[in-house]
Amino acid sequence: MDILTNLAHGLSVALTWTNLGLCFIGAVLGTLVGILPGLGPVAAIAMLLPATFALEPTAALIMLAGIYYGAQYGGSTTAILINLPGESSSVVTALDGYQMARKGRAGPALATAAISSFFAGCVTTVVLAAFAPPLAKAALNFGPAEYFSLMVLGLVASVVLASGSLLKALAMIVLGLLLGLVGADVETARHRYTFGFRELADGIGFVIVAMGVFGIAEIVRNLEQADTRQRLATGITGLMPTRADLRRILAPTVRGTLIGSLLGILPGGGALLASFAAYSLEKKVGAPEVPLGEGAIEGVAAPESANNAGAQTSFIPMLTLGIPSNPVMALMIGAMILHGVQPGPSVVTEQSTLFWGLIASMWIGNAFLLLLNLPLVGLWVRLITMPYRLLYPAILAFSAIGVFSLSNTTFDIYLMAIFGVLGYVFIQLDCEPAPLLLGFIIGPMMEENLRRAMRLSDGDATVFLTRPLSLIMLLTAVLALAAVLMPRARKTREEAFKES
Amino acid sequence: MKSLVRSPRDLLAGLIFAAFGLIFVVVGQDYPMGTARRMGPAFLPVILGGLLTAIGVAIAVRALVRQGPPLAKFSSGSLALIAGAVAAFGWLLPRAGLIGALVVLVLLAAAASRQVVWWQAVALAEFLVALSAIVFSWSLGLPLPLFGTWLELLAP
Repeated sequence: MDILTNLAHGLSVALTWTNLGLCFIGAVLGTLVGILPGLGPVAAIAMLLPATFALEPTAALIMLAGIYYGAQYGGSTTAILINLPGESSSVVTALDGYQMARKGRAGPALATAAISSFFAGCVTTVVLAAFAPPLAKAALNFGPAEYFSLMVLGLVASVVLASGSLLKALAMIVLGLLLGLVGADVETARHRYTFGFRELADGIGFVIVAMGVFGIAEIVRNLEQADTRQRLATGITGLMPTRADLRRILAPTVRGTLIGSLLGILPGGGALLASFAAYSLEKKVGAPEVPLGEGAIEGVAAPESANNAGAQTSFIPMLTLGIPSNPVMALMIGAMILHGVQPGPSVVTEQSTLFWGLIASMWIGNAFLLLLNLPLVGLWVRLITMPYRLLYPAILAFSAIGVFSLSNTTFDIYLMAIFGVLGYVFIQLDCEPAPLLLGFIIGPMMEENLRRAMRLSDGDATVFLTRPLSLIMLLTAVLALAAVLMPRARKTREEAFKES
Repeated sequence: MKSLVRSPRDLLAGLIFAAFGLIFVVVGQDYPMGTARRMGPAFLPVILGGLLTAIGVAIAVRALVRQGPPLAKFSSGSLALIAGAVAAFGWLLPRAGLIGALVVLVLLAAAASRQVVWWQAVALAEFLVALSAIVFSWSLGLPLPLFGTWLELLAP
């Protein structure tokens, strides 16, 4: 079968020593990122991106991807052990996981998290292999009008599913789009909004924006909260879950994987949304022995499988359409561009080594993580106690050096500081930074497609409405916006996010 | 007297957005707009800038009507130290080299933490200097000046 030969090809790529080693490094770094509160995958990936410059694009993406789904594993460790989720997507795991730990069942909780995550990782690898190529093939028929509308839909959908004020999120998107247009206009070579700074001729580096808004701003925010970290709930004995446990986690794991896979593909989706949704679903549909919230093992299995599934399937729109569904994917697109790979549906066929190597590496990475997380729990536990005051200066140092290494100008370092200030201001004003990064990455692509569409249609703007697929996408975007603005939908949305 | 502004955060956010939007529109007047068929460099930015201004104004107006939380505590001290540490690093890198710039970065940044332990901060700085020198300069071969121009003045 085609999929099998492709996967075999991918495995042969992923199993080279370099790629294997980088996959491992990515998995370890990801686990670390998940364990250490105050450091998230976005900041970590942005920080390490410059370091991947010397690598092959496949190798770079393998490592960076490992960080993302690795963080899903690591975040659950701290969530279970000290009720402090290292990752936002592990917040739900803490609900039952910590309760289990308090009842002396930390070991089975950790094992469940790892096992259900691994299950989800394997299944979604197959999902990626099965669905991405046909999707990419369909997308190859897209014209610039369809692409433009798809990007509009993607951007709108990403804020519809997110929490917080819709208007502010839209504003952040538009601001991101505008910032992405700074620099030399590709078509006319005219320098736009560069204010005479020749360093801006190529535009603002996305690592700068990502590090500033997600790194520096987050650090200042974290410093506002006192560094309180509870000691371990109890010692960890008996890692292995019982056979009864394994039977109980089967259904929630499958459900979680399913929901995670679906929600991960949606723009705005990813690990976070998936874990919340899986937990809610489990509450309504599951039949746990212990009620959810009081230490039900199902309450660990469902969100953990979901967040892994969501993390991996969020690669689908990125790899097949070139559309990022969350900030991590935006960085992945940036990484591809940095390495000279043009994102879009042609990646599947023209960069098949990259595509299949990456997919195969996800399976390998999940295997690494399963092996890493259980025996090394003691080590991770010791790392949890690392004080934040030692961590964040290191983050700043690596970011600053990394940013400098990309362009060799100190201007970029100043720019990063400015974005840090801007990012902090926005966070304090309840403006989510993620839509800004999404808009920033998509901005230039949107303009290019808009221009092309207009040129092909000879200036006729209705082309976006006359072409059927484009019309459908734009209508969906409008409907989604309208639906969210309806008072009834607004209340349910707010309630859904109050669950945490 | 009850405040006119029901949601100060939204008001400020709206004003900031509107300001950004206006900047893009106004500066964009210097570039050719072109036609719909052949869009000039200013076409999309001016439209988006106008859109942003409109959204910003909408948010600001809504802030007068919809209740929202008061302004959060603004940690200007921490922000200044952290952002300043990064900027200082940028300024010092060519002058004092990686070593000098890194030490200043770490110490300034560490000062922002309420739980700073100074000997640890200094040790961290030394550790990061060594690590960066090895990882970035030596193995990755990046052109990072270790000592910078100031030291050249001292020992030509």
